[in-house]
This record gives sequence, structure tokens and C-alpha cells, in this order.
Amino acid sequence: MTRIEVTVNGVRRDAEVEPRQLLVYFLRETVGLTGTNVGCDTSSCGACTVLLDGESVKSCTLLAVQSDGREVTTIEGMASDGEFHPLQEAFHRNHGLQCGYCTPGMIMAAASFLHENPTPTEEQVREALEGNLCRCTGYQNIVKSILDAAGQMSGVKA
Amino acid sequence: MAMTQERAIGSPVLRKEDPELLTGQATFIDNMTLPGMAWMAMVRPPFVHAKIDSIETSDAASMPGVIGVYTAADLEGEWGGPLPFVWPITEDIKVPVHWPLTKDKIRFNGDAVAVVVAETRAQAKDAAEAVTVKATRLPAVTDMEEAMKDEVVIHEDLGTNVVVHWSHGGAGDQGVFDTAPVIVKERYHQPRLIPNAIEPRGCLAMSIPAQGEFTLWSATQIPHVVKVTLSGTCNIAESKLRIIAPDVGGGFGSKLNVYAEEALSLVLARRTGRPIKWIEERTENYVATTHGRGVTHDVTVAATEEGKILGFKVEELADMGAYFQLLTPGIPELGGWVYMGPYDTQSYWFEFRGIVTNATPTDAYRGAGRPEATYVLERAVDALARRLAKDPAELRRLNLHAPFSEATAFSSGLSVDSGNYEPALDRALELADYHQFRKEQQARRESGDVKQIGIGLSTYIEMCGLAPSQILGALRYAAGGWDGATIECLPTGKVIVKTGTSPHGQGHVTSWAQIVSDGLGVPVDDIEVLHGDTAITPLGMDTYGSRSVAVGGVALHFAMEKIKAKARTIAAHELEVSEDDVEWADGAFRVKGAPDKAKTIPEIAFSAWHAHALPGGVEPHLNGTAVYDPPNFTWPAGTHICVSEVDTETGAVEILNYVAVDDCGVVINPQIVEGQIHGGVAQGIAEALYEEALYDEGGNLITSSMTQYLVPSAMEIPSMTLDRTETPSTTNPLGVKGIGEAGTIAAPPAVINSVIDALSHLGVTEVGKPATPERVWRAIQRAKGGAA
Ligand code: FES
Ligand code: FES
Repeated sequence: MTRIEVTVNGVRRDAEVEPRQLLVYFLRETVGLTGTNVGCDTSSCGACTVLLDGESVKSCTLLAVQSDGREVTTIEGMASDGEFHPLQEAFHRNHGLQCGYCTPGMIMAAASFLHENPTPTEEQVREALEGNLCRCTGYQNIVKSILDAAGQMSGVKA
Repeated sequence: MAMTQERAIGSPVLRKEDPELLTGQATFIDNMTLPGMAWMAMVRPPFVHAKIDSIETSDAASMPGVIGVYTAADLEGEWGGPLPFVWPITEDIKVPVHWPLTKDKIRFNGDAVAVVVAETRAQAKDAAEAVTVKATRLPAVTDMEEAMKDEVVIHEDLGTNVVVHWSHGGAGDQGVFDTAPVIVKERYHQPRLIPNAIEPRGCLAMSIPAQGEFTLWSATQIPHVVKVTLSGTCNIAESKLRIIAPDVGGGFGSKLNVYAEEALSLVLARRTGRPIKWIEERTENYVATTHGRGVTHDVTVAATEEGKILGFKVEELADMGAYFQLLTPGIPELGGWVYMGPYDTQSYWFEFRGIVTNATPTDAYRGAGRPEATYVLERAVDALARRLAKDPAELRRLNLHAPFSEATAFSSGLSVDSGNYEPALDRALELADYHQFRKEQQARRESGDVKQIGIGLSTYIEMCGLAPSQILGALRYAAGGWDGATIECLPTGKVIVKTGTSPHGQGHVTSWAQIVSDGLGVPVDDIEVLHGDTAITPLGMDTYGSRSVAVGGVALHFAMEKIKAKARTIAAHELEVSEDDVEWADGAFRVKGAPDKAKTIPEIAFSAWHAHALPGGVEPHLNGTAVYDPPNFTWPAGTHICVSEVDTETGAVEILNYVAVDDCGVVINPQIVEGQIHGGVAQGIAEALYEEALYDEGGNLITSSMTQYLVPSAMEIPSMTLDRTETPSTTNPLGVKGIGEAGTIAAPPAVINSVIDALSHLGVTEVGKPATPERVWRAIQRAKGGAA
């Protein structure tokens, strides 16, 4: 067992983890945050996407020990004071989710992407989502949601 | 006071189910934990077809955390019968026996021989890998035509791999298939597909031994069917078995089944006294969860010189896989009723043979039989258009059935509820800029452009709203096709709706609230929709086959009729008028001629609850239950058009424009309907251009993980243009038809037709499915070679 200190959604967590434990299972089973989903075993689907120090990563490709001393944000950390994050709001408004299984990963990937590129084109959004699979929506309303959120967020900042 | 209600039906109400899904608070199966829970892992040895010599479990059993390792022999006494198969479509069908663990033979890549129970997920998995299976390899067959030779018989007791032959038709003059002025014969192959719901399967079983009671949470589309069937398989009284579908992350038919792991978790919960959890891994899903399609068709189109289609004759080979799952041979049969499409034809013949192979069992995959049929028809109609040098849009127009608003018999023998097909064709042509693209196509052909343009059409019809129970009975299906609804009007004005449908992304919670909101005059926000728990909603037949709104949604209507009959009596009593003087208007019962004298449903619900002054003979509480058995199917239809650009040097296909004009009858929530079409079309495009489950010579799945099987991303799926026409169904009082599968049914032929259309001037008539760059390139080379 290895001792790690990770800040998850702003809360510091000290934990003993198995060296082979994946970050996604650390979040789901040790920390108890089950919003981050697992959809594959080949790092293909992106359902497990979280932010590590603000950048999106597939949490099934990292070991829990690799998050030692760093900050992780999961879908549970997106809403604040009972208010949806603009991305959550936009997914809701534009019907950007159906079964919702890919949604946490989509939102986290989009959050990281919009941070880098606050005013993207549709093409750029589609490229940014290449590592996130959705089987329900055909992506159209996901792309629309992210463009909508980008508009709202840059509007808010301006 | 008179209030004017805004109609909820038809408006894009934002989904009530979203908040938990958006914030990570959903209850997907893998999020559930119970005290004392143990984990189950399946042992699937690396054989395809083999005789089992020995299974060595002792090493695994002594590993850390292992509670038990069980083979078929160890669990023999647990079963009331094999895994359920509920659709023996013919009297002489040969049904492969299918046990949760295989006993003496392995028959496909995913066949499990043992199961491990351990304290943790990792311990169970490690121990499963430590089970050693010695087996003698047998030759494997995954190709249908090879399997038909019966050189290798997969189930010896059946004596053959050709286990079912079903034919249907003979309508009209069968002679036309030999004597018509124009006869087009084509052969099409549609490969196996892997459904790929992004949430894999999983289940969690718990027992209360002293009561003999069991609860099973399962990522399933069909909790009600699981309950009745597994009570038999697992020897549990149906009254002691409760099935709960928690939040389910997509299904597409792959969770329309009753699987070995569900049965095993129940009997192992009984055996160990511990809650048992199993979560499928993705690579495991690829072999152990049902596949779709896997069919080859020979089609004959009989037509006149003018292009009037006289009939379709279709012979199909359908790959069943190594066993029957819940419905396996029923899937091609379901398609067997729509090989006339929306066309006014006379002659009809359909037959298929179901072939057992050494591969994962096939079963429903979004559309279930109807995409297979539509692909064949729409490809064949294009082939006819090429033969006659006619515009494929005009050829379709010539053959579309004239509009009808009363149920009308089509050549397959079933009555179609209502149809008006030409407006959708016209609208799609307009939205797709059809004539402009034809000009562009001509220009590029003339200039010999490397990139050629193709336009593909698909005018489809689908049979939804499964299903009238009598017809299911006649088709030898074991269950009915009804669905139930219970509506409770609470004294505080809130309403609880209990539906027998079991959504997993389709938004029933919102759409059902809209239906009830209009029916009872209660705001959408005051309506709670419960589903997917057999203890709370015992009357149900679940969600598949675009049946939910057309059966379960309509059941709401009839439950509300009962509520309103009672509410009218109470309202009249309280308003001190006779019942005849009360009418339902603007969301309340009102005195005729004095609309301000009114009682709303919440007011009446309160009176019915305190029951202080109910009229004589009226029971307290305002509620209603209805079980609705549809008198007919519903028949959505539409036109999809795909415009593609094909690179003649690389074979790459790019979709420039995709237009879908669908008619699903009355629309409850347009935003949800559009979402269903987007998703369905995306799956159809995936099927046409990317996806294919492939086996090697030895019967091993080559496309064994998400890295080899290409589920398209946002980069591959284009933006689509949608529109609708609206022809209300005559089957039900809501006029609804269903929309879950339209996209998957219509899109594959539209896309493939577009690719062929781009290359037809080069002599290309087939590219194969999926139309990968390599296949397209080869087709071009073949055509060039042939021309040379
Ligand atoms: S679960 Fe991490 S990429 Fe699929
Ligand atoms: S909403 Fe179901 S997988 Fe994306």
C-alpha cells in the first residue's frame, strides 16, 4: 500500500492505495465519488474523463499514485452552491444527454477544452471530443451544448 | 376562475431526468454497494469450439479473498431450467439448450465454464484467470454458408446447424418473380455489429434467505421480462423476486435480454448468503453480450418497364450465433413483415433460415429486423432505378403508397395504421438541395473530378408499438405486448405515475409527465414518473421496439380516463349539479355555461383523500390503473437523404449533407424526438461506414475491443438536418407512433446508396458494408478492371 494525498474537488484526501489501483477506482470506490464512469478497458471511450490540475485526463489510464500531491476535479465538483456549471446548464438546455453515461466525461473534457479555447468553432469542438464516445446522441446536441456554453461563459467573462 | 392551460404535449419541455445525470448523482449499476457484498467474475476460456476435458479450480479457490469457484456441475441443483428463450417461431424449430454455464462443450469465444465469487472485484478477476481449462479443440465455423454444410455440427443433439426455416407470404401473384418485364436480382450481406451501449452490463443480487426473497438490480431494458423468466430459471417464486433497473446507460437491444450473469448472481446470492455483484468489462461485452445483424439476403424485384414495382421476394440467411438468447430467431421474423416498405406492391414473399455458428448469439440491435429489411429494399430500389436509368427519387415517388388515413392492408399482410409518404419525400428533396447536387454531380462526372458526389435515398416504413398480444400469440411469442400504467393523485396536488416501460435514455420521465399534465391539468413539475421496479410498477412489458410511447404512453391515457370518470362524479357532487352538466375544459371540470364554477384534479384528489363527503358508492382516493393492449402496430415512415463525396483515389467517403424527414405521428416532445433521430442516424452511419464484428478462421473475434471495433466519434458523425411530417396514428387515441429506431432503420441504405451513386458512372454497383475506404477503393478497381 502507498500513502497519497490528493485534493479532490477542493477537499484534501489522505489515503492508502494499492500501487496498481487506477485513479478512476480510487475516485469511485475509495473516495466514493461515483459520478465518473467506466465504459471500457482500452482507454477508448472517455467516460472516465476528469481534470487533473485543470487538464482533462482519462482517469482509467492513470494510477491513483500518480495523482499524489495534485488536484482532481470530477463531475461532482462542477456545480457550485446548488447552481449548475454553464456546461451542465447548456447540456440540459440543448438535450446534450440521453442515457447520461458518457455525460460526466463529456462535460469534463469540454471544461478543459473551453479553458484552452474559449471561442471554438464547431469543427474544433468535434476534434476536442475525439476521445469521448457517446452512443445515444449522435453528438449533434453535445456539440451544440458546448458551443452554447462557450457563448455563455465568454459572455459572462466579458 | 377559468385558467387557460398551455399544452405540454408538443412542447420541448426540458428533461426532468437530467439533473442527477449532469451532476454525477445517477444510480448506474456499478455505483451500487451493499453491506457484505461479494464480487462475481466469469471464467471464459480462450477456446471457440472445444470439448471440455477438465476444469481445474483448486488453485483459484485457494487465492486470497476467494469465497467459491463454481462450475456447471457445482450448480446443477440450483436451476429450474435453462436460460430463457421465448420465441420458438415455428413448430419444428430446433432450440439449442443454453445453460448459464456450459457443461461439456465450449461453443463460442464467450462461453463461460465457471464462475468465481470473491471479496473484491480484483480478487474475483485474478482468481477467474487462475482457473485452468483443458479442452480438445474442434473445428469452428463462423461463416453461415460453411455452417450450413453441417460438416461441423455445433449442437450434436440437434443434428444440424440449420435450426429454423420460416416463410411468410405468397401474397399476390408469385409468378411475377419469373415473368415480370423487369427482374432485378441482388445479394447483400450485412455484417455482425456490436451494440456498444457505453455502460456495459452489470447486476447485483441480494437475498433474504429466511424469506426466500430476492432482489436483482440489473442494467436491463426489461425488468419485467427478467422477473417472470428468471423465476423459472432460478427456481424462485415469482412473488418473491423483485427486479430493479436502476439508471441504465443505454441499451440498443443489447440489454433487451436475460443473461447468464443475472441468473448466476441470483443463485450465488442464495448459495453464499452474500449480495453478489458483477460488472462486465468492455472486452468481455464484445463476446458475451448479444451482437446484431449478421445476415445475407437474396432479393428479387419484379417491376414493369416504367418502374412500377410489382413485388419483392426475399430469401435470407440469418446468423443465430452459438445459442438462442431471449428472441434470437424472432429478429429476422420481425423484419419479415416490412419487406414491402412504403410501396404499393402486390406480390410478397419472405423466407429465412436461421443458422447456428460458433459466434456470440445475435439478438435485437436497434431496429431489430427492420433495418435489415429496409437496407435490402432500399438498395434493391436503387438497383432497379439504375437498371431502368430512372431518377431514384422519381422511381420511389412512382411506387409510394397513396395517402390513407384509415388502416390499410399492405402486401405483407399487415394493416398499416395511416400513411402519407410523398410530403416527406418532397421535403427531404428540398432540404437536401437534391436538384442542385444532381447538377453538381453531373459537372464533376464530366470533369472527371477525383472527388465524386453521390446522393442516396431511403424511403422507409417501420413497424412499431410492439405489439398486439393476439398477433404475438399467432407468431408463437411467449408473452403479450400490452403495457400498464397506474396514476395516483395525491392529496397535496402532486401526481405519481407508475409506468411499465423501462427507459434508459429515452426521456420517458419527461414525456410521460407531459402526457399526464395535459390529461389531468397538473403542471409537469408536479408529476413524478416511476419506472423499472417490478415491486412498484408490476404491470409492464418494458422498453424496446419503439413501443414505449405507443403502448405505455397510451396506457397513461386510459388510466387518466378512469381517474376522470371518478373525478367527474366527485366534481358534480361538490358543484351540486348533475354529471351531465359538468364538462372537462381548460384543465378542470367545469359547470357547463358557468365555467368559473370548477374543480381541478388536485382539489378533487384532496376531497377523495379525506373522503368526508364523497357521493354514495364512491371509494376514497383518486387513482387509476389501465393495461393497454394495442389493437394494431404503429407505422412511422419517412425519407432520409445522404449526400456524400467519395474520393476515387483513396476510397474515403465524406458525408456532405444528411437530411432526415420523419413521420412518427403526434410528437410529445420535439427535442427528445430529434435526439432519438440524431442518435439513430449516427448508429446507422456507423453501420454503413465503420462498424463490423470480424472473426478469424479459427472463430476468434478479431474486433475484440474498442480499439479494433470503430465506434465513431464526433469527428466521424456529421451534423444532420431534420424535419418532420405528422400523420397521426389511427391505432391509438394519442395518435403517436414511436421514434426510437427510425434513424437506424433509414440511414444505412441512404449512406450506402450515396456511395454507390457517386461511383455508378464508373460501373460500381456494390461497395460492401461497411463502406470502408479500402472496400470502396477495391470496388473502383474492380469496376475499372471489368471495363478494361
Ligand atoms: S473508461 Fe477510461 S477511456 Fe473508457
Ligand atoms: S448519452 Fe448515452 S452514451 Fe452519451
